[in-house]
Amino acid sequence: MPKDPTIKKILLIGSGPILIGQAAEFDFSGSQACQSLAEEGVSVVLVNSNPATIMTDPETADAVYIEPLTPEVIEKIIEIERPDGLIAGFGGQTGLNLTTELAESGALDKYNVKLLGTPLKAIYDTEDRELFKQAMEKIGEPVPRSRAVSTIKDALALIPKLGLPLIVRPAYTLGGAGGGIAYTRDDLRRICELGLNRSRINQVLVEESVLGWKEFEYEVIRDSGDTCITICNMENFDPMGIHTGESIVVTPSQTLSDNEHQMLRSAAINIIRFLGIEGGCNIQFAVKDGKYVIVEVNPRVSRSSALASKATGYPIARVAAKIAIGLNLDEIRNDVTGETPASFEPAIDYVVAKIPRWPFDKFVTADNTLTTAMKSTGEVMAIGRTIEEALLKAVRSLDIGMSFGAAGTGTGTAADNWTPDQIRELLKTPTDQRLFVMYHALRTGFSSEEISELTSIDPFFLQKLKNIIEIEDRIKPGSCPEKVVLRDAKRIGLTDERIAELAGVTREAVTDQRHDQGILPVYKMVDTCAAEFAAKTPYYYSCYEDECEINPTSRKKVLILGAGPIRIGQGIEFDYCTVHAVISLREEGIETHIVNNNPETVSTDFDTSDKLFFEPLTLEDVMNIIERERPYGVCVQFGGQTSVNLAIPLAKEIARRPDLDTRILGTSPDDMDLAEDRKRFNQLLAGLGIPQPEAGYATSKEEAHVASDGIGYPVLVRPSYVLGGRAMEIVYDSDDLDRYMREAVRVSPDHPVLIDDFLEGAVEIDCDAVCDGTDVLIGAIMEHIEEAGIHSGDSACVIPPQSLSPDIMDTVRDYVTRIALALNVRGLINLQLAEKDGVVYVLEANPRSSRTIPFVSKAVGIPLAKIAAKVIVGKTLQELGYADEPVPQCVSVKEVLLPFDKLPGADPILGPEMRSTGEVMGMDHDYGTAYYKAQLAAGNRLPTKGTVFLSIRDADKGRIVDIARKLRSTGLQLIGTGGTVTHLRDHGVAAITPSASTPGTEIFSRVLPIKKVSEGSPNVVDLIRAGKVDLIVNTPRSKQGRRDGYEIRRAAVDFSVPYITTIQAAVAAGDAITVAARAEGGVGVAAVREYHEG
Amino acid sequence: MKYKSQNVGSKSTGFHNLYQPKPTIPETMNAVIGLEDGTILHGTGFGSECEVSGELVFTTQFTGYEEALTDPSYRGQILMFAYPLIGNYGVNPDAFQSSGMQAEGLVVREVCDHPSHHQHKESVHEFLEREGKPGIAGIDTRHLTIKTREHGTLRAALIVDGSSGGIDGESAVELARGQPDISEIDLISQVTCKKPYHIEGSGKKVALIDLGIKQNILRSLERRGLDISVFPATATATEVMSAGPDILFLSNGPGDPTQAKSAIGVVSELAGTLPVAGICLGHQVIALALGCETYKLKFGHRGANQPVKDLQSGKVYISSQNHGFAVDNASIEGTGIKITQINTNDGTIEGFEHPDLDVLSVQYHPEAHPGPRDTERWFFDRVAGRARAD
Repeated sequence: MPKDPTIKKILLIGSGPILIGQAAEFDFSGSQACQSLAEEGVSVVLVNSNPATIMTDPETADAVYIEPLTPEVIEKIIEIERPDGLIAGFGGQTGLNLTTELAESGALDKYNVKLLGTPLKAIYDTEDRELFKQAMEKIGEPVPRSRAVSTIKDALALIPKLGLPLIVRPAYTLGGAGGGIAYTRDDLRRICELGLNRSRINQVLVEESVLGWKEFEYEVIRDSGDTCITICNMENFDPMGIHTGESIVVTPSQTLSDNEHQMLRSAAINIIRFLGIEGGCNIQFAVKDGKYVIVEVNPRVSRSSALASKATGYPIARVAAKIAIGLNLDEIRNDVTGETPASFEPAIDYVVAKIPRWPFDKFVTADNTLTTAMKSTGEVMAIGRTIEEALLKAVRSLDIGMSFGAAGTGTGTAADNWTPDQIRELLKTPTDQRLFVMYHALRTGFSSEEISELTSIDPFFLQKLKNIIEIEDRIKPGSCPEKVVLRDAKRIGLTDERIAELAGVTREAVTDQRHDQGILPVYKMVDTCAAEFAAKTPYYYSCYEDECEINPTSRKKVLILGAGPIRIGQGIEFDYCTVHAVISLREEGIETHIVNNNPETVSTDFDTSDKLFFEPLTLEDVMNIIERERPYGVCVQFGGQTSVNLAIPLAKEIARRPDLDTRILGTSPDDMDLAEDRKRFNQLLAGLGIPQPEAGYATSKEEAHVASDGIGYPVLVRPSYVLGGRAMEIVYDSDDLDRYMREAVRVSPDHPVLIDDFLEGAVEIDCDAVCDGTDVLIGAIMEHIEEAGIHSGDSACVIPPQSLSPDIMDTVRDYVTRIALALNVRGLINLQLAEKDGVVYVLEANPRSSRTIPFVSKAVGIPLAKIAAKVIVGKTLQELGYADEPVPQCVSVKEVLLPFDKLPGADPILGPEMRSTGEVMGMDHDYGTAYYKAQLAAGNRLPTKGTVFLSIRDADKGRIVDIARKLRSTGLQLIGTGGTVTHLRDHGVAAITPSASTPGTEIFSRVLPIKKVSEGSPNVVDLIRAGKVDLIVNTPRSKQGRRDGYEIRRAAVDFSVPYITTIQAAVAAGDAITVAARAEGGVGVAAVREYHEG
Repeated sequence: MKYKSQNVGSKSTGFHNLYQPKPTIPETMNAVIGLEDGTILHGTGFGSECEVSGELVFTTQFTGYEEALTDPSYRGQILMFAYPLIGNYGVNPDAFQSSGMQAEGLVVREVCDHPSHHQHKESVHEFLEREGKPGIAGIDTRHLTIKTREHGTLRAALIVDGSSGGIDGESAVELARGQPDISEIDLISQVTCKKPYHIEGSGKKVALIDLGIKQNILRSLERRGLDISVFPATATATEVMSAGPDILFLSNGPGDPTQAKSAIGVVSELAGTLPVAGICLGHQVIALALGCETYKLKFGHRGANQPVKDLQSGKVYISSQNHGFAVDNASIEGTGIKITQINTNDGTIEGFEHPDLDVLSVQYHPEAHPGPRDTERWFFDRVAGRARAD
């Protein structure tokens, strides 16, 4: 069927911020969908709250809304834009849920918006476990046997029928909350009790367990003409019981016979047909000995479909978008071949491996057991001609400093000290370390049978690990391996570094010998068709085979290093910067190449760059590309820390190679080092006369005391050698310092600790700028709305600053400009500063892209990363027409998302170490509304009725009175700690009529004193747990105040209560609540373009 | 079959632990493949120590090597898999499409020496060794695939040698060049049944001419209760009619359809008298009998992902294919044949009907095994329904 002519305008809902379980994949699929719809002449309206996305760029859609993703907001956008259709399947779970709510509320009917792609019934049939079971039974597809029960007695009665273990899934809770795996009768009793309580309909589903079965996934596409195709299948390395997002995955399946593969493929098509989906769908199977059950169906594009797109080259989202507007698969061109239509199934002639990236390095106390709930933040993908090669590439793409055979696998003890029983235990309990444990177990003589029994992992995969060990064993210590061995080692995927380690020679010696012997990688194309047709995709992976398929051109070329997997501290922002750099350089007529390994991203879409190298980001892998392509320059400043860390090694290696004249573009590696190296940087600032917080340096406990006394407490202490991940801490007194030195760090002359004055109560400031060597363009100055001492990445912030005086702003501008010029910055620089008592201090300078670049670019409407890319290749800011700092035409607030709810056991502590996974943006004409929107987008619904708890330190008490009045005037009840309440009463807020005497009303309906947490019960934590607090404002002072803060935050996280910790944020919240209470039917919305127009 | 079922289940993991501690492929097996264009590639040998020659063809399916290797349509051809890992799930004779290996040799990037599967009986190496056929591993198969795509199908020779000395690659090239073109070889006589046989069924009667049939075509017919009389490729119209058939069926098979002279004659004679149906080579034979022409494709269609568009419903089905020849679209005119299905990749004919003569024919393999089962029901239900009642 050709395109539906009645669909002229489409609303696309994005997925919002990056969370655990929802990474960059929806930016990739959403951007692709926008582009695809634009190709068909359909106008696209896009809404997303996440500024760090390509989809929210002005070029991506006809109208872009950066607004909170709530049904009310989207209905308003529909009212303004009047789209003909809505596609639900591109915004992940968020998009599906919103669509359901809009359909149920009647909003879609009211405005005549057609639901395209995934039908409503399919959403119900797949989301509701009971309906799902019925649907599958109707079409004869097996599902695990299960029964919905409402009493513990009924649940226990199922044991003889279904057997143990049993899976308990409470009805209507999010992400399986309250469920679990019951191994014993007692487990079942305990889990059901909890689950029945959590379920809003007092019901749990008790399901037969398929733990230990093998898990497979199929990506299916269907069009409105009922043509169904499967894009690929995937085999989970890990068995059932581990979420597929937490599992190592290979594509295609390895251990299914054709008979089994076709059986599952037919079932997948049967299911998508029944559900009537027009677009993409992901179906998960559990398989044992030729039997299968359907585990789950996702009626939309997903993280797996992003992986499938990258694994095959087939652009699932692009095709699904066209299907949604009526086109059939055979009417859509396969862009890869340019000749054949999209109505075929990709054939692949390589192996793809995916490994998740977990945040346990940042959350050392979190439980790192892998279960049915996701904990990973991102993933890497690697392509090889064998499983061994793909796996080894994926491991080094993780960028976790681990490799097979590297001693000490991150569990605290060195692997060499493990006893066999410890190894058995580590094998039995799946964690992020298990792959390395398996390697170690095989090395120490465990049989594949035993490992397979302990892990339920197919011996097929264990043999692959064994093959790696066999090749490693052929490398004898003493000298570089001979040619045959070296070739085999490279073919199986070992790095020069690993070969050098085994041979006891230098890495350089191995590299050089490899060159001498002509053992060089070739690049093969990912072409969707296993070479059956000539393809045009510039999408490559390396391997050690005979024929190389890239033909380097003689054009001016630049290689841009990507950011690797999404992790805490290195999110989608850096992929955004990478993509912008590519677009910008291509505009300059430069042939631009990308190397990256993250399958979720826009940067690894094959039509983003002139050539895409899907490769690990290591010195060797990047050098191989440079040798083959000979670009004139390499860009390291856009991909975050991973790529920045390669600057100096690359510069050294290139210098070692007289045949290469590739340069590191942008700020020189030495100047980057000048900014990184604290000693050199301190000297630089001293020379410039720019203040820094007082700092010291200690190589012993005694020295630490002397330094801290000299600076004056509180101090910020950080080790240069990290033990157990607890890196930086704010230390309040000498006892605290003793504890820190004892527990947190190992201090020695080689591993000193660094001690900085902690500027308590300071306002922190961020600034992103571009420098061309002569001029500096300040993108924006941001004021943090979080207490000092919290990592800038975890702090909410606002553009333009709301409390900084013009003088302070000028000082910031002056410092940024002078530092950028002194560091000879070419391209981007980010500065972190703090203002206290009228003095501006510089905390750090990072001459590279920062995580605030997308936020700033969207707030002021200027593409900083694109400008920086052009500057890097020689353009001046004057030439580009960006001489002046842009004046923000609206207020933009950034708020962060924290993963504490997803990581049981993790301390919900904010501090100098970054914890957040993603961010949202709120835009409006005034601060209060922008702040309200940012909070709403982050899932913090600021209350307009209910109870607010106030605990305010003395320094802030002056400003709380006004806030309290505002809150009170909206009808909110106030409660607080003793001092705060007294202060408010003294200033007339206590004049609020007490109504406690009225029978039946809450006792909190006047300003009542509540105990501090450290003072015992009843305190605010008790009230939160009792559901009696709707907003917490706690500006803590002192060590004890912060300790209390941790407990309050934990409770706030568990019970989803908004939590404010600074007076700046409280002011904003006061305004926001006032605005929200006044606005009829919620706050207004507008397209980004309109905000920029002022 | 010579296999007995073995109890190989393990206790707790659910993996039928066929894990073998020692590799079974001797380390010293050398192998070389030579092409008529002078290409020589050395690799590791497996299977049987011998030399073979034939057309080098590639298939893009990633599963189904058991079915493909035993598909008689691969006679005269050295089969290369584009997917690099072959043999992962071992070999299970239940999947075989004939009594043993039919392809002349096997070319792979990696052959799995430690298969893992609950139905696995032997490794690919053991299977080839038992069948007396050679295999070569360690080959940049993508390189050879691109070569085939660009130059068209090439004649090749594969030599596996266990002796310690190296193999002379030139001799493989010579062997390849000495090989006649596939169109000149009578392959059908090598794979057709030697004498007629009967598979009893309660339904209508099918007379089937075996040009090198895949077992799953028989299974699909049997499943529908049809009573099947299978005839050798040389059967005459009279012999065929002696079975009292309701429909004539032409099977798949190897090589150039013009070699199937007897079958072409039978179809010309009986079309109009009996409903006729066919698959693959049988499809081409029917076309030739009805006055069409066939031609050799540059490198054929082999794989499990070939898109077939049904012109009536507009739906596209994914099909399993294995053919080097095709029916010439231009030759259809005036024959009364109506094209019903085409390949959306290159527009070649995938299916036709002749309404007046009651002919139904497809180029692809609806019986699957290997490959998708999208069209199994559609095709075989129609065959069963079309069989003329008494």
